[in-house]
Amino acid sequence: MHELSIVASIVDTVTESAAAYEGARVLEVRLRVGALASVVVESLEFCWGIATEGTPLAGAKLVVKTLPVVMHCATCGDVELEGVQSFRCPTCGVLCGDLRQGRELEIESIEIDEMDQVEETA
Amino acid sequence: MTTRIVELRRGILKKNDELAAGLRDRYTGAGVLVLNLVSSPGTGKTAFLERTLTELRKRGARVAALVGDLETDNDARRLASSGAPVRQINTHGICHLDAEMITKHLDGWELADLDYLFIENVGNLVCPSSYDLGEKIRVALLSVTEGEDKPLKYPTLFNSADAAVITKMDIAEPCGFDRELALRNINEIRPGIRIFETSAKTGAGMEEWLEYLAEERAERTR
Repeated sequence: MHELSIVASIVDTVTESAAAYEGARVLEVRLRVGALASVVVESLEFCWGIATEGTPLAGAKLVVKTLPVVMHCATCGDVELEGVQSFRCPTCGVLCGDLRQGRELEIESIEIDEMDQVEETA
Repeated sequence: MTTRIVELRRGILKKNDELAAGLRDRYTGAGVLVLNLVSSPGTGKTAFLERTLTELRKRGARVAALVGDLETDNDARRLASSGAPVRQINTHGICHLDAEMITKHLDGWELADLDYLFIENVGNLVCPSSYDLGEKIRVALLSVTEGEDKPLKYPTLFNSADAAVITKMDIAEPCGFDRELALRNINEIRPGIRIFETSAKTGAGMEEWLEYLAEERAERTR
């Protein structure tokens, strides 16, 4: 359980990126989280309000896109798994060791409001 | 209101990943094989590592260890009895080791003077899976007392491992350990992984483990 430090890391990165748009408010932060990322989305959401308070992210919405595990099956190509309890190809049943997707833990994009910037610089 | 979408595509643990990449370069440059040992508390990481360090030293290998715990230096003192240089990392509540802690605790050690460096992670099967320490081999350990379905319960960790070690095999029978089921479950989560069945007490399985280390060192540090 290190979701609070993950949220703190998001706050740092987004604050840094948003600084390029002086005075802008962050409205939304979009994450991509793989099924094998060891992150509990509910815990991220639980920490979000507290950890963003007093930062440029205060009040921003957190949107998490979860990504299923994708394995490469020698016979069937890239296949999506239903869960993380078995790494067998859902089509042919063969065990696959070649992971193509599922460990992602990244900030995809942020949505910012530039209006404040214009007002403040005017 | 004018809104704008800014694409970031940035790894949340990027800072750790960058430090880990730097460590990996250092390890490779120094020709030292680095392993990260991960398990639940009580699996027997320290006993297994103690035996590994002692056996490797007997064979003339140059070894060292970093050991992570929330508090106390008990494990470091235990491991130091092998004669190998050992440093304790106290995380004071943090549930995993990260690349920054490793970087800091390697200070003053000449990596080129080592053949093997072992990192014993904090006992935890969840968080350490997210933190790359620059290791070449991540070892997931499981003891016969823990239940054969541990790999199914903690797939994120077992799936990220390069090798699996079953510990305490000397008490497998009284524990009613279902060996076949455990092997099947590990393989279901991490197909094709090398699995070692060991006992730090009797030394069973250690020979095969040490051979594997020697092979990996020859191959991966080349």
